[in-house]
Amino acid sequence: MAEALTVGTMLPELVRGPIDRTTLALFAGASHDYVRLHIDSDYAREAGMGEVFAHGMLSMAYLAQALRSWVPQDRIRRWNVRFTAITPLHATVRCTGEVLEQTKLDGERVVRIAVNAFIDDGTVTLAGEALVAA
Amino acid sequence: MIDREKHIGQASEPRTVDVEQGFLKFFAKATGETDPVYFDEAAARAAGHPALPAPPTYLFSLNMSAPAKIGGILDPVEGMGVDMSRILHGEQSFTYHLPIHAGDRLTLVTTTRDIYAKKGGALEFVVQDTTAHDEAGVLVAEMESVTVVRNG
Repeated sequence: MAEALTVGTMLPELVRGPIDRTTLALFAGASHDYVRLHIDSDYAREAGMGEVFAHGMLSMAYLAQALRSWVPQDRIRRWNVRFTAITPLHATVRCTGEVLEQTKLDGERVVRIAVNAFIDDGTVTLAGEALVAA
Repeated sequence: MIDREKHIGQASEPRTVDVEQGFLKFFAKATGETDPVYFDEAAARAAGHPALPAPPTYLFSLNMSAPAKIGGILDPVEGMGVDMSRILHGEQSFTYHLPIHAGDRLTLVTTTRDIYAKKGGALEFVVQDTTAHDEAGVLVAEMESVTVVRNG
């Protein structure tokens, strides 16, 4: 279902989680991301991280699902995020979007959407923008 | 510190990766995907796809499945030799040109665009661009990754 992309619209939120160790093990396997900080508590502790934490790309995959729930995937032109905080074990991830403006990309009419992910205490974990065909 | 002279501008060897249907289904399961287009071939075809589509972040996973050796952040011989326990993901972007589906065979090349330090070298940032071309040589997608190395 495509949403109406009127400037100022707050798009429907998508919530995933809570993230547990099984989530991280499955995502490591499915995404070919074997960085041990996400799957091995002993290793994470020795590395000074205290505990395993979620892959940034897991939250970006959730954010991608939100984005796709707003617009068909073939209308997504480009998007970027900054990973602004670590997503700890047991976090619930909330993905939000707000339509910022209508603009043009290579001559095509597009809308710019602010995309963000938050965890339970309100910390922003991913902050970015998407350009999608209008 | 990473050898900037050696690595900035350096392109990896090309890596050929197959977009595997089974892994797309596994990825959908692991991310709590609810849209059957991403794990059910019949639903994908009904939606006009020739096969299961790769979700928007999947290029990153394809890249992880065949990491670059030349210029690779973790590669101890031909790359930067950074310890896996010291890396964090800083930024990630994707640009799409054509859809990617199960059964596609893509060629990836990763180029290190920049390496810079902050906090007196306690943190280093490695900026890498990866391109994906299909078997006809057409650019289908690009991504930029910023990896943070904790030296402190």
